[in-house]
Amino acid sequence: MSKTETKKWMLFFPRCECEQPIVYHLVKDHNLVVNVYRAKVTPNEEGYLVLDVTGTEEDIASGMEFVKTFRVTINETGIGVMRDEKRCTHCGICVPHCPTGALSIKDNKTRRVEFNGEACIECLECILVCPYAACASAF
Amino acid sequence: MKTYEQINDRIESGKAVVLTADEIMDYVDRQGIEKAAEEVDVVTTATFGPMCSSGCFLNFGHSKPKIRISEAWIEDVLVYSGIAAVDVYLGATQLRHNDPANMDYPGEFRYGGGHVMEDLVAGKTLQLFALSYGTDDYPLREIRTYFTIDDLNQAIMVNPRNCYQNYNVAINDSDTTIYTYMGCLEPNRRNASYCSAGQLSPLLNDPFYETIGIGSRVWLAGAGGHVYAEGTQHTGDCDRTSDGVPRESAGTLALTGDMKQMRPDFVRGVSLRGYGVSLGLGVGIPIPILNQDVLRRTCVRDRDIFAPVVDYSHDYPEKTGRTICHVSYVQLRRGEIEVEGKKVVVGSISSYFKALEIAHLLADEIRRGDFCLSKPFAYLPRNRASRPLVVRNSSHE
Repeated sequence: MSKTETKKWMLFFPRCECEQPIVYHLVKDHNLVVNVYRAKVTPNEEGYLVLDVTGTEEDIASGMEFVKTFRVTINETGIGVMRDEKRCTHCGICVPHCPTGALSIKDNKTRRVEFNGEACIECLECILVCPYAACASAF
Repeated sequence: MKTYEQINDRIESGKAVVLTADEIMDYVDRQGIEKAAEEVDVVTTATFGPMCSSGCFLNFGHSKPKIRISEAWIEDVLVYSGIAAVDVYLGATQLRHNDPANMDYPGEFRYGGGHVMEDLVAGKTLQLFALSYGTDDYPLREIRTYFTIDDLNQAIMVNPRNCYQNYNVAINDSDTTIYTYMGCLEPNRRNASYCSAGQLSPLLNDPFYETIGIGSRVWLAGAGGHVYAEGTQHTGDCDRTSDGVPRESAGTLALTGDMKQMRPDFVRGVSLRGYGVSLGLGVGIPIPILNQDVLRRTCVRDRDIFAPVVDYSHDYPEKTGRTICHVSYVQLRRGEIEVEGKKVVVGSISSYFKALEIAHLLADEIRRGDFCLSKPFAYLPRNRASRPLVVRNSSHE
């Protein structure tokens, strides 16, 4: 059996696809373990879904092919929360509020605030606490 | 011993030796204080953080026909117009008209005076709406127009209080989240926040106000500015360490500078959830190394600086005067402090990263001969305490 891996996806659902039970089929037909971070998929509106999928390389590939049969866009960076480097003043007020250390100060000499999108679980806390509106959500 | 004139001569000839306040300590350790005091001309200090007591005077020039503005808004933010016809003062903490403030608690405060100042410096087009009662010489009663900073005759930043010498570390002793100008504080001391550039901060490098005084030239968001007065609530008479470093907020500066010369990266609107709006401002101040004592004081390190930990759920609002404990800036920079045996994560609302950038920008300007120093013509008071507001029940009490 080949090794399992985890990918983070952000799916964009146009209005016409918002009623598709895509996650159900990813689990049932493609053997993927799904971990949803954040979702906003409302009937008759556009929607977004940020999730982790875990499975073999083949299962992930077939899951992706399945998703692509709909008019759903897959963003493979899977990042729904962005930090605008230009707006950030690197004050660090966000750092203690970030539960996973996605926002952190690694170099104590420069005290630059680094953002690691892969560690972000999209709790949106940084958006609430940033005084300079440097963090933003895709939805 | 060096004089201001000698230092300025060296700056103008491009020979000045300039170090930042975070480089000087190691330099002095290597060279010795005597040699370093001879060699080094200037140490640059800096800070970047929210500075609520900031604002600017704007002059629009006269319309045809003329108006004597009695009420005015820029981008729906109220400006003070109780001065001459087309002069206004825009304050950093003014909310936008119709902002729900904390009616929907905690309010978001997305835009206000500080943001207008940011947009102005960034060269954006802004809307002016002004009213008047009309006079014989100023007949126009209403005006709506669009302008940029280039259209203004003057845009002069005039800040009654900037650059607090030191500051509180805010913590929350209650069992509910509170929203303060120090950010969001979670219940039961789950986090804390501080606001100072510590060893890089201007007045911590000149604790007795020996070189930074009224008339001192400063780098104000990229423009040449100066100290025009002691800052409001300046309290030279404060709790100090044996080296003279204040253990509480202490001294402040009133600063002014030409906004037309400022850089937008250092004039930033601030939105503090549940609290309001403010202005994030960058300030750099050069310290002339006149003698060994001045140099020694610029060698202050984070480990020598202590800030009081204060509860913002009860003690601060009720003005009880209680300080829980003091912590050093080494602990604060580590991101974790110890408060009565409990470890508390801590964040900064002041940007050391930007302060460092400013200290280097200013050092480069001085090395290039583009920024000279000026000797203060009056000193900041060293022995004055701060007064509370006494609430009296009648005018004869």
